[in-house]
Amino acid sequence: MLDAARAESDPLTVIENLVRPALEEIGRRWEDGDCALSQVYMSGRICEELVEELLAQSSESEIPHAHALETTPPRLAIAVLEDHHLLGKQIVRTVLLAAGYKVIDYGRQDVDGLFERVRDDQIDILMVSTLMLPAALRVRVLMDRLGALSPRPRVVVGGAPYRFDEGLWREVGADAVGLSAGDVLQILERLSQADT
Amino acid sequence: MSDSRASADGMTSMQRVLTTLGHQEPDRVPLLLLPVMQGARELGLSIQDYFARPEQVAEGQLRLRARYRHDCLYSFYYAAIETEAWGGTAIYREDGPPNAGAPVIRRPEDIDHLRTPVVEDSPSLLKVLETTRLLAEEAGGEVPIIGVVMSPFSLPVIQMGFEAYLVLMHEQPERFEQLMRLNEEFCVAWGNAQVAAGANAICYFDPVSSATIIPRERFLKTGFEIARRTLGRLQAPSTMHFASGRALPIVDLLPATGAAAIGVSHHEDLGALKQACRGRLSLLGNLNGIAMRRWTPEQAEAEVKAAIAAAGPGGGFLLGDNHGEIPWQVPDRVLLAITAAVERWGRYPLHWCRRD
Ligand code: B12
Repeated sequence: MLDAARAESDPLTVIENLVRPALEEIGRRWEDGDCALSQVYMSGRICEELVEELLAQSSESEIPHAHALETTPPRLAIAVLEDHHLLGKQIVRTVLLAAGYKVIDYGRQDVDGLFERVRDDQIDILMVSTLMLPAALRVRVLMDRLGALSPRPRVVVGGAPYRFDEGLWREVGADAVGLSAGDVLQILERLSQADT
Repeated sequence: MSDSRASADGMTSMQRVLTTLGHQEPDRVPLLLLPVMQGARELGLSIQDYFARPEQVAEGQLRLRARYRHDCLYSFYYAAIETEAWGGTAIYREDGPPNAGAPVIRRPEDIDHLRTPVVEDSPSLLKVLETTRLLAEEAGGEVPIIGVVMSPFSLPVIQMGFEAYLVLMHEQPERFEQLMRLNEEFCVAWGNAQVAAGANAICYFDPVSSATIIPRERFLKTGFEIARRTLGRLQAPSTMHFASGRALPIVDLLPATGAAAIGVSHHEDLGALKQACRGRLSLLGNLNGIAMRRWTPEQAEAEVKAAIAAAGPGGGFLLGDNHGEIPWQVPDRVLLAITAAVERWGRYPLHWCRRD
């Protein structure tokens, strides 16, 4: 199927029409309880490999969007807040890479460290993953600090606590929440459009 | 202990819990509220200082039960205490449970040389055993004491990291099996040491087996067999707890694990779970601990009522949160409102919610 698509379209179109919808669909299914996280994770890995292959096969000129993101807005970054367990972030990162985005990975961060890096790297959209409730609540402090920057970076949050309290993302002042990793693609589109 | 005596209707907490586990209606729905860190607040200590001394944790549990009048005592400290026994660390914070530090299994090959720790050699586990003994003395058999183990199948997430574990499970079946053998030995020894110290039941935390984390087919080949082998060797009844992961897609398989009850998620329909489990498995749950942080007392009452209506009739139901631990941030007034609501709406027979 991939070969057929590849024969007919350029890599970016394959990513857009095949890989991206698959990632979004599997995210939706997980949210609805119709598939398991291990499947989300393993399929994400496969997609990431696929996309790497696709991109390697093509010359840079064919794929303006994927490479351009590194230098032109929006500049994206992702981090885990105050936790050593990185799987949620890893899956979101995989989805982003598999959909052709470039994203800076800050790994595990506390509020101070994260604020400094976002400021220094002039990040436009920051994705924050949390696992424990206290960390999810700390996003409030992060938002207050980011508020001092102009323009203030947009912040997308996700992770288990937000899945158990629908209003929590608003309470901590985030700009959006993703209930599954696949949600991140639509959110990015929405936020990027709002900014332009 | 004065508090554990029978209520006016003549049931102790132990009788109430055993009756419902036997799929009969007791005098009221048992409340297995599971406050843990809140004991530190009772004693005016930081969470870290509180868990440093077993007698404090025992005292904290007794005071919490006096306050909320729930039907159990809980000797759980925190999940990462088990990785401490395997040579790992726990990282404390002031406003929540400690988190596991760096993995003790850094590379899959480490599993080849790994040895099961001896329970009695672990100062951390010995604290839990001491707390259990102190609680057992106080409870005098009238209040169930619930001990905790991480399942052999879920522990590797904090032994080696989630990503590495998923890869191991999918790509290195022999090493995976080897790790399960080691973890099973540990889990059985650890669970039975708690039973010997006075625990009346063991809560077997196994969220990796939940349908949130792995599909049914993989559960059948892994978590299911592991639970069956492990629970069969525990010398007390057990609850298989999914820590708010989903269970409906596998619920038909669960009675065969030997569990007496399962801990169920707020993300699933409690009525549907009840229908699938009636007379075969008791349900523990399914209040949403995270949302509880922002509940009003009225909401607390409505949530308790809804849970009792869905799963209370006929017994086989223990009301509690859906994760097996109340978050630090949940206000006291919400917990008191839950207690009051169980008193008000949990009395059997549940005339107000009979579906004829
Ligand atoms: C499996 C599990 C365990 C396992 C492994 C945990 C681990 N990963 O370290 C075990 C049994 C060891 C365990 C232990 C504990 N657990 Co636990 N556990 C779970 C469970 C069932 C799944 C967590 C998980 O790892 N999921 C996999 C990850 C990848 O999923 P996720 O974070 O939700 O990410 C997905 C989406 O949310 C989204 N996403 C994530 N980040 C982002 C970011 C962006 C930008 C976007 C768009 C999307 C996105 O994408 C991912 C894939 O779709 C949850 C409950 C649940 N139903 O989710 C509780 C849960 C995480 N545990 C919890 C707690 C408290 C604990 C303990 C602290 C208990 C204790 N007192 O010891 C310990 C801590 C263990 C440790 N790390 O030291 C709480 C945390 C909230 C709270 N109350 O503070 C939860 C939420 C349960 C609950 N309902 O309260 N747990």
